[in-house]
Amino acid sequence: MSDGRISIAEARSRLAALRGREYWRSLEELLETEDFREHLHREFRVPIDSGMDRRELLTLMGASIALAGLTGCVRQPTEKVFPYVKAPEEIVPGDTLQYATAHIHGGYARGILAESYEGRPIKIEGNALHPASLGGTDVFMQAFILNLYDPDRSQAMTERGEIRPWSSFLAAARLALEKERPGRGAGLRFLTGAVTSPTLKSQLSAVLAAFPDAKWVSWEPVGRENVLEGARLAFGERLEPQPAFEKADVILSLESDFLGSGPAMPRTVRDFASRRREPDGINRLYVVESTPTLTGARADHRRPMTPAQIEEFARAVAAAVGAGTASAGGDAFVSAVAEDLKAHRGTSVVVAGESQPPSVHALAHAINGSLGNTGKTVTHTEPAADGGSPGATFAALVEDMRAGRVSTLVIVGGNPVFDAPADLAFAEAMSKVGLRIHLGLYEDETSRLCHWHINAAHPLESWSDARALDGTVTILQPLIAPLFAGKTAHELVGAFSDQPEKSGHDIVKEYWKGKLPGGDFEAAWRKALHDGVVEGSAFPAKSVSARPAPPPGTRNPEPGTGLTLLLRPDPTVWDGTYANNGWLQELAKPLTKLTWESAALIAPATAQKLGVTTEDIVELSLGNRKITAPVWVLPGQAPDCVTVHFGNGRTLGGRVAYGKGYDAYPLRTSDAFWAASGLQIRKTLRREALATTQHHWSMEGRDPVRAVSAAAYREDPEVVAKMGEEALGPHDSLYPRMPTGSYAWGMSIDLSSCVGCNACVIACQSENNVPVVGKDQVARGRAMQWIRIDRYYHGDLEDPETLHQPVTCMHCENAPCEVVCPVNATVHSAEGLNQMVYNRCVGTRYCSNNCPYKVRRFNFFLYSDFKTEILKMVRNPEVTVRSRGVMEKCSYCVQRINRARYVAERENRPIKDGEIVTACQQACPAQAITFGNIDDPQSVVSKLRAEKRTYGVLTELGTRPRTTYLASLSNKNAALAAGAPAEEKKGA
Amino acid sequence: MTAPLYGLMAEFENPQDLVEAARRTREAGYTKIDAYSPYPIEALTEALDIHDRKLPAVVLGGGLLGGLCGYALCYWTSVMAYPLNVGGKPYHSAPAFIVPTFETTILFAAFAAVLGMLALNGLPMPYHPVFNAPRFALASRDRFFLCIEAKDPKFDHDETWAFLTKLGPRVVMDVEE
Amino acid sequence: MNDETPAPLAETARAARPGSPFLAPGYTFTTLTDKLASIALSRRTPKAWFFGAAVGFALTMMLLFAVTWLLFRGIGIWGVNQPVGWGFEIVNFVWWIGIGHAGTLISAILLLLRQPWRNSINRFAEAMTIFAVACAGLYPALHTGRPWLDYWLIPYPNTMGMWPNFRSPLIWDVFAVSTYATVSALFWYVGMIPDLATLRDRAKKLWAKILYGGLAMGWRGSARHWHRYETASLLLAGLATPLVLSVHTVVSFDFAAGIVPGWHATIFPPYFVAGAIYAGFAMVLTLAIPLRKIYGLQDFITLKHMDNMAKILLATGLIVGYGYVVEAFMAFYSGNTYERFMIWNRLHGPYKHMYWALLFCNLVGPQALWFRKVRRNVPALFVVAMIVSVGMWLERYIIVVVSLSRDFLPSSWGLYSGTIFDWMTYIGSIGLFIALLFLFIRILPMISIFEMRALLPEAKVSEEEP
Repeated sequence: MSDGRISIAEARSRLAALRGREYWRSLEELLETEDFREHLHREFRVPIDSGMDRRELLTLMGASIALAGLTGCVRQPTEKVFPYVKAPEEIVPGDTLQYATAHIHGGYARGILAESYEGRPIKIEGNALHPASLGGTDVFMQAFILNLYDPDRSQAMTERGEIRPWSSFLAAARLALEKERPGRGAGLRFLTGAVTSPTLKSQLSAVLAAFPDAKWVSWEPVGRENVLEGARLAFGERLEPQPAFEKADVILSLESDFLGSGPAMPRTVRDFASRRREPDGINRLYVVESTPTLTGARADHRRPMTPAQIEEFARAVAAAVGAGTASAGGDAFVSAVAEDLKAHRGTSVVVAGESQPPSVHALAHAINGSLGNTGKTVTHTEPAADGGSPGATFAALVEDMRAGRVSTLVIVGGNPVFDAPADLAFAEAMSKVGLRIHLGLYEDETSRLCHWHINAAHPLESWSDARALDGTVTILQPLIAPLFAGKTAHELVGAFSDQPEKSGHDIVKEYWKGKLPGGDFEAAWRKALHDGVVEGSAFPAKSVSARPAPPPGTRNPEPGTGLTLLLRPDPTVWDGTYANNGWLQELAKPLTKLTWESAALIAPATAQKLGVTTEDIVELSLGNRKITAPVWVLPGQAPDCVTVHFGNGRTLGGRVAYGKGYDAYPLRTSDAFWAASGLQIRKTLRREALATTQHHWSMEGRDPVRAVSAAAYREDPEVVAKMGEEALGPHDSLYPRMPTGSYAWGMSIDLSSCVGCNACVIACQSENNVPVVGKDQVARGRAMQWIRIDRYYHGDLEDPETLHQPVTCMHCENAPCEVVCPVNATVHSAEGLNQMVYNRCVGTRYCSNNCPYKVRRFNFFLYSDFKTEILKMVRNPEVTVRSRGVMEKCSYCVQRINRARYVAERENRPIKDGEIVTACQQACPAQAITFGNIDDPQSVVSKLRAEKRTYGVLTELGTRPRTTYLASLSNKNAALAAGAPAEEKKGA
Repeated sequence: MTAPLYGLMAEFENPQDLVEAARRTREAGYTKIDAYSPYPIEALTEALDIHDRKLPAVVLGGGLLGGLCGYALCYWTSVMAYPLNVGGKPYHSAPAFIVPTFETTILFAAFAAVLGMLALNGLPMPYHPVFNAPRFALASRDRFFLCIEAKDPKFDHDETWAFLTKLGPRVVMDVEE
Repeated sequence: MNDETPAPLAETARAARPGSPFLAPGYTFTTLTDKLASIALSRRTPKAWFFGAAVGFALTMMLLFAVTWLLFRGIGIWGVNQPVGWGFEIVNFVWWIGIGHAGTLISAILLLLRQPWRNSINRFAEAMTIFAVACAGLYPALHTGRPWLDYWLIPYPNTMGMWPNFRSPLIWDVFAVSTYATVSALFWYVGMIPDLATLRDRAKKLWAKILYGGLAMGWRGSARHWHRYETASLLLAGLATPLVLSVHTVVSFDFAAGIVPGWHATIFPPYFVAGAIYAGFAMVLTLAIPLRKIYGLQDFITLKHMDNMAKILLATGLIVGYGYVVEAFMAFYSGNTYERFMIWNRLHGPYKHMYWALLFCNLVGPQALWFRKVRRNVPALFVVAMIVSVGMWLERYIIVVVSLSRDFLPSSWGLYSGTIFDWMTYIGSIGLFIALLFLFIRILPMISIFEMRALLPEAKVSEEEP
């Protein structure tokens, strides 16, 4: 969308030319640019020369969607599935049921409870029983339900673009197998992502048993290869470290973003946050990293370092704590960290990120070893996803393909054509393969090059199983029959077994026969489905001993000529898997707050040196590989490091994914996988308008976010109150207080726990039917999310302190918005809710102007999609879908309050504390949000509000907000306390 | 004459003569007299001894009624008909109600003034005998007229004619119903 | 004379004569009447009229297009966003309302103050008021998200049992502006009745006779009628005076009653009223200058008029300037972070150019009016008036947009700029104003004939008896 800025006027007129509004659209689509036409033709397999125009295509597609949607509404899985808590198991009209299943992220399971409303899943919540969730979620868990109802999902099985039934594929598979049999499967290859599914593993090994020379290769663009290799360097075997952050007093992260991403992110966040709430026993987090992450933002001490420096740092610390050979040295920071670690033998932990080379991981293990942390704050288990035939690497596979040694390639999920290392030229190697089969949710870059495309079933439509990081197994159960008759990986691999017809359910259930704990299998099966975990399936901790002197492994790139390139998965679309998810595309990325975009991140000083600034388009070249990307100047980025996020810049795979941002994979090669030196940067004359949701980075000496050091707070608990403007006394209003009802709802948000992960934002969007508005509208400042995570910087521009603050409607008792509404469209309930009456709203926007927190959102156009049938299925039936011209905002999840009220009234009792859980509260992995009755002194929220850390934002205006915040606590190392923090600076 | 007589009309060249004539006519004891001029002349009001104080009272009444209605509307809707907690303000937010009250006061009073004036003047009145007088069209341009109605108890055609002629008009004429 | 009797305009006439500076010598009842009446009655229409009317009509068509599009697509075609929920539409609303004020001021307040020079300009000043208010009224009606539901702002019994929120300044607006429009229209019409009678009597064509006759309601200039008429005019003037002051006060409440820094200030009501009169007189001059040229009315709208209006412009301009100073001082004196930042932001923020331009247009520009030479130099006056009109528009832009763009939480700060549709609507409304005005000039007496008669020397009636 490089022409985004200049063509806005044209785009607007074009928009108006269309009847109604598509759910989401790109400017290309609007303008019907040539390449977009071409993309449509490709996407929908219409010969370029056909007279069919875009409109017809969309109509056709709409029709097919409508059919699918309608049938989807009513169909139930034929097999028996078991609701999580509520009995009876039969569906009660108007009532929701929750089913335990899992979300698979990079192969790893994170347990969820999927809420089903009359047979259609509408909301995802965390499964408290699951070790990787503990009830929390991350943005991907929250958002992947949208992909289930994505109108762009591939909806049919095709062979060379022709729609085929499953039976004919089975025949084709048979044929292929017969061809392979003589060569003992020498030409047969299975390419999967990271596989943690015991069933699928056994299926594959069964096939490999039948075809000894066939190979199973597993490829994951954001895999844990470095972690496992690091363990091998340290312990001689590939192991998965399992840090227990709740036990650690001191944490050192070597660019490990355990608070921002990762297979068990919700769990790690919860463990970490559990040690941040109280000034006593608060943990201390050191982070060294090249590119700012949420973990770095939460750190007590953070140092931006180039990859090479990180490795040096790790060696220095290792030396200082008596591990490793290198002589101790390094600056004050190193010694301070080392001293702190030594002072906490057995209660500290060092973790390294996936992006770090094995050598760094080995160093981490060594440090943990010599500190006696191993076995205490970090245990080691066998890896959950370590699959593939022995020695079958992805590189080797591509080599075989190019050499023509591969006759049948079965790609089980994934999109290697898009995300394979550029130097392997996977796409071109594919052309040498005789028969290419691809299983995928979308018709993407890979499926386009395959003979067979099998449309995959969404996890919520599938029977399957998967392990969490710690090995715990979840059996996935479908909530709805496949909308487009999609197939699971089990069924695809099954097609190459001797029982090709077997259904996913039978395959999985059969595998588990006799493997589940407890005597009666049916009961055990029921329990497993009900709980969402298989009891005792977690891997046991292995006793390991780190080798004293870890052999140097592959090192981080030495700072050669030019800059250092850092390659990271996109924070919201990940490796590209979620590129067609509107919620995630429009989600403001942590720290940059960019939407619909990815940018090349450069530190302010470096940008100055290079003479580039935000929104300049630059050409990044590594050797002879080039990409162009817009620049985003990011405080806290390591000097001379340029971070690019891969996952965007898709050329296929849906209307949302198409052409958003740029594709960074061309720079990602086997030897430059996470980082590379020698990056050249050239400024072009073009600029691109980036859509960010927050323009201003400084608090301007105001105090919306209050942060104190635990020490200072212990000294004087009043310090938080003193930070703000002089608060108004009890007589802040001349009017008598309005009488309150039987409850007084209020919310408390703990900024000390909050890591700014955005899970609450998506949860709210999903719960409250918040529409997606598109890049152009976001750029105009019309984003619709009801919660926003404000991000402020404090201190030195090159290495600032980062503060997060979730902001949503404060439900002020004296709400300024209500007084000015001419038609009483926003009024106060007796229980203190600031209610928005959509039907009464005429849309003067006066309320928004008069809201000091600017948390109101306005439907400037008809944002909600009233046309696309299938998208109606994802909506929460208890929440109005807003139309054009009305104001909307956070309602404290009033629908949940009322649901609790019905139950309580049926049982003739008051609503219990904690009975109402708002969507954001439920999603929060850090448990930073608490909701309840503030009139009841016993309620958790009242207790929190009574804490001295509690403060209200802008209370000096006399708004009496019902949402209050708990000031953020930090735990600085006295040895490093740099006196008074530097005065504020504005961001670039 | 066929049509019954409305009265006698005298035309004058300038306001001074008219005022003088009007004064003398009244002194002569005529009561049912009226004068017509292209612009308001205060002296003429004096001369004809016109004292009408009804209009101000009407306007005052209108204003009071308006104010009452305005406040009543605010009070009834916000306190009785549909009380709502709006921004923690009391149902009876008197200060806020003042503005609408003020505006309705002015509105009603203004209507009272205009409609009252028209009503008291008996307007609109598309037909009036004086229009039958030739040259009366000049009353809206540059001429001044004095009219003695036939209804006047003291009216006698010839006598009154003579009387008017004595006042030195440009011309005296009959005005028919 | 009886003291209670309201003083008729004849008195103002006496004040004016002999050789009143507000009317060129040599006119009689006859010539004056015929000259003024002929403007509306004559068959010949000046070329300039056709030109002006054509421009007005064309721009009005553009307005219609922009509005149609708005209703079809939604408010999003405008530049408004979060945090700037109000943009051009409210800026223009306040701007137009302000312009309206001069009319009522001239017709009501100057009447009470016995300013005879008003007689020649009050009629079209009042017309200007009504048309300006009409243009202003467009905006609040169109700027809502769902304009077809605007009638919910009017208190009427309905099945929902819902009523407007009388605590909202927007409802006050509804009352104030509609009252203002109604009363101004009444005042305007009542003032025209005697002149309509004149036109009725002068008219040759039948349709004209019927039209003006109907409108004149049978006015015959009876002394008794004149008496009540005078009373009514004075009472209306007495009512319109507090009304005109209240209207812009209420408009200023839209902001003053809010909590946004840059809105929430007690200085607003007086400062808005002064600004309104300021802008209004600028517009009167902008209109009067070309009109007297086209219709050769230099005899009736004399340099003395120009001079007086220029003086009012200067005076009100100084009051507005005082407003700016007080605003800035209070921001500093209050010690309030947000208020202080608001002023800093105006002077140095992203919109600083507009603020400096505003200070030039409203403070520096009008200072030229200290000089008699400038006040009596028609082209110069025209330029100054234009500058003031621009300045006052900028002032509203600063108040509405700049205050909103950066309020309390820095995280939600944003920028605003009008889109092509914002401009089309704005310029279109100017077109509508022009179109209405030219229509009025063509068919109605644009100068009050009977009040001008009162200015003639011969209108004087000597008190002494023979």
